[in-house]
Amino acid sequence: MRYLPLTPADRSAMLGVIGAPDIDALFVDVPAAAQLSAPIAGLTPHMTELEVERKLGALARRNMTASDGPFFVGAGAYKHHVPASVDHLIQRGEFLTSYTPYQPEIAQGTLQVLFEFQSQVARLLAMDVANASMYDGSTSMTEAVFMARRVTRRKVARVSSGVHPHYTAVLNTLTRFTDDEIVTRAPDFTPDDDLAALAAAVDADTSCVVVQNPNIFGHVADLTPLADACHAAGALLIVVVTEVVSLGLIKAPGEMGADIVVGEGQSIGNGLNFGGPYLGLFATRDKYVRQMPGRLCGETVDADGKRGFVLTLSTREQHIRREKATSNICTNSGLCALAFSIHMTLLGESGLRKLAALNHARAVQLADRLGRIPGVEVVTRNFFNEFTIRLPQEARPVVRKLAEKGVLAGVSLGRLYPDNAALANGLVVAVTETATDADFDAFEDALDEVLA
Amino acid sequence: MTVSASNHRVVSGAPEAGGAPVTTFTGNRALMLEEPLLFEKGAIDRWGVDLPDVPAVATRLGGLERTAEIGLPGLSEPDTVRHYTRLSRQNYAIDMGIFPLGSCTMKHNPRLNEKMARLPGFADIHPLQPIDTVQGALALIDQLAHWLKTLTGMPEVAMSPKAGAHGELCGMLAIRAAHDAAGSDRRVVLVPESAHGTNPATAAFCGYTVEDIPADARGRVDLAALKARLANGSDVAAVMITNPNTCGLFEPDMIEICAAVHAAGGYVYCDGANFNAIVGRVRPGDLGIDAMHINLHKTFSTPHGGGGPGSGPVVFSAALAPFAPLPFVRKTGDHYELVEEEQAHVSTDHDHSFGRMVAFHGQMGMFVRALSYILSHGNDGLRQVAEDAVLNANYVLASLKDLFSAPFGDAGPCMHEALFSDAFLEGTGLTTLDLAKALIDEGFHPMTMYFPLVVHGAMLIEPTETESKASLDQLIGALRSVANRMLTEDANIFKGAPYLAPRRRLDETAAARKPVLSWQG
Repeated sequence: MRYLPLTPADRSAMLGVIGAPDIDALFVDVPAAAQLSAPIAGLTPHMTELEVERKLGALARRNMTASDGPFFVGAGAYKHHVPASVDHLIQRGEFLTSYTPYQPEIAQGTLQVLFEFQSQVARLLAMDVANASMYDGSTSMTEAVFMARRVTRRKVARVSSGVHPHYTAVLNTLTRFTDDEIVTRAPDFTPDDDLAALAAAVDADTSCVVVQNPNIFGHVADLTPLADACHAAGALLIVVVTEVVSLGLIKAPGEMGADIVVGEGQSIGNGLNFGGPYLGLFATRDKYVRQMPGRLCGETVDADGKRGFVLTLSTREQHIRREKATSNICTNSGLCALAFSIHMTLLGESGLRKLAALNHARAVQLADRLGRIPGVEVVTRNFFNEFTIRLPQEARPVVRKLAEKGVLAGVSLGRLYPDNAALANGLVVAVTETATDADFDAFEDALDEVLA
Repeated sequence: MTVSASNHRVVSGAPEAGGAPVTTFTGNRALMLEEPLLFEKGAIDRWGVDLPDVPAVATRLGGLERTAEIGLPGLSEPDTVRHYTRLSRQNYAIDMGIFPLGSCTMKHNPRLNEKMARLPGFADIHPLQPIDTVQGALALIDQLAHWLKTLTGMPEVAMSPKAGAHGELCGMLAIRAAHDAAGSDRRVVLVPESAHGTNPATAAFCGYTVEDIPADARGRVDLAALKARLANGSDVAAVMITNPNTCGLFEPDMIEICAAVHAAGGYVYCDGANFNAIVGRVRPGDLGIDAMHINLHKTFSTPHGGGGPGSGPVVFSAALAPFAPLPFVRKTGDHYELVEEEQAHVSTDHDHSFGRMVAFHGQMGMFVRALSYILSHGNDGLRQVAEDAVLNANYVLASLKDLFSAPFGDAGPCMHEALFSDAFLEGTGLTTLDLAKALIDEGFHPMTMYFPLVVHGAMLIEPTETESKASLDQLIGALRSVANRMLTEDANIFKGAPYLAPRRRLDETAAARKPVLSWQG
């Protein structure tokens, strides 16, 4: 077998050194009733590389990819062009096959990358400090709510109706058995009402208000008044960003008064991958750093006085603090953070701003075109690269029919809110730099036909 | 970095030339290159991508334009490639040599897995595409699920947890949900002292109080103590047990433990971090467990990537299956469905699901890699994996236990990892940490240090099955040489190690006292 270096002669010699008659003698502690004497039935035996490639290749070909045709699907995961050098560099064995940097003298590569990543994320979100990553945006958001409880010693979290419903579902799941009280609002298309209602609801029991910007419908809003309302009541404002490219064009949460910013970093450097692995971003103000979840990389010096980097403040973490840890997270999204950092380095501030402007301009162009189709209404007033249209009929079947015509048109609100009939005609459309004018034409023509 | 009179820098650990330390202008040492921070090299008006011109449109941002400088430096593509390539060379990695971190299962990461995960049909599909357009992806998840269920002998698996600790949370949430559904208000979870820190942390996040289970003199769960606690166990919701445990030993009483916990009305959560030792030889379901996470980034070779991403699917017994999380894949005829949300009008066999744990469907990229690895090995190869992993660990144990203290070395064979302690260094003033740092100069990544906590000065060595005998012999030789020198030479030599790595020992106390967590320039 190509991954196993031991030869039969090696095995025999090693058993001799151990003083065991055979391999079974090393499994003596396993109860006899649980010992299997042969390979488990009903499973296939080993395969060559070529056989595996054939089998998995056949499965891969049964999927319609985002590059097979016009593609406008977003709602928390975005198709951006990732430069070829990103994937080359993350496949260097020294990055790909290294472990969490617990021995810093021989992990300065990973550690310097994490320090640079934390610095990039903090600046992008306009916050003081970012951690070395979480699993994804949804789990990051839940950790932020837990952190707000620790900081404020209050337990009511008020969640905007514009937060991605899957994120809210994750929060509800993970707080089912904690003391947290999650207050959600029914979704609607009018973000100003939502934000005003949240600001009015903040009270002395509120630990935090959670709001997404741009929100699930694509709306972009000024969160400053909401931040002021939170702070006046002693609550924290948690802002969720699921499309971080937007921060090259619109004000960052930190500039609008956020106390904790969480996000999904997939947009930069990482592919769609059917939903994972993705990259949870987590940032806050300096004064809250000791309440943060997850790993942190910090600067220090070595015995010769040379600058170096280490994992730090680990007394917050599970391997030290056990049941009193700020989080149970151990493995995070290190390689996805590396991909993010490399792509961000290739973009630089100028490139990020241009990429963001390009996304916005293309989205405005498509919104204007779709809005001219009879019966179609663009309901999102201010947006970045994603907006919601209301169709004259239920959107979910329309999306399926468009897919049959080779157009992946977006995410129907019926899929995101299966039990909310009022939203059933809504379709969330995302436009990135990857969409061409021909894609716009195809989308418009196909939608015309399906609605006719 | 010290700068000599000639304005050259003394290179740490460098040999002397003609009686003086070798110096270089750059501070570099041939192939060992110093690399400044991105923030010291880059500029905000520099970039390494070409983008088309932005069409002129009336913006629709509602006056929210970001105007202040963000402060993100860029580099050209050649400088980007160099920056990260140079940084990469300051890392140790499995691709370079044995990485014997106990409990971490650092095995070879086959590149076929990487190739398969990058097929556009897996890498370039969106989690919210219409279900009819992702049938191959759902089929892949279903096939991996079948392997995981069959290898563990468990009837159900939840695929979405993102890592081992997230899987633990999944299992414990299901246990909590099952108790709640039965009207039980049990609030205590028993965890052995040798457990991973994630176990008690996870139990606490499910609203449980954690109590320790003592270990016996052979490094196993003290069955008598456990039974005594369970005799008054009406408050015990679950027991979390790692098997094989973190001392590298199989729990021989596992069947009896599970039976006792069940008789007391509790569930058994098994931490599956060490599944590599038994895959294909033991089905955990046959031992009586109720839930177990599987670290695809350990047993099934998906790369650790410097700290992630991982993937932690959780297998469930029939008792807990109805409480498993959403979403899940369901096959009807030749068609795969993805059951995403709890919908009042849809009746499923997951009516008691505790809900959603992640935004989408889990770590698809890791699923592809794991299935690629599993298919490569097959049912016969996976069994050989466990056998070779256990053989390699026992070879290390047998080759070192005359010199190193091996707390359970006389208690029979170990499983996939060998546990030592620094007791043999008593009187030298040297510890596990010093030995680990000396091993770095020998060109190895050290073993796991100071874990499990039940052994003072623990050193946990997990070679994995992908090491050759020659590789093990070299590690053993280095360990013996270092240990012998520590017992006979001046201790101060070892207090200063490592000498030859890209950095000497780093001041972790200073880093924590006044944290510098981002570039302040």
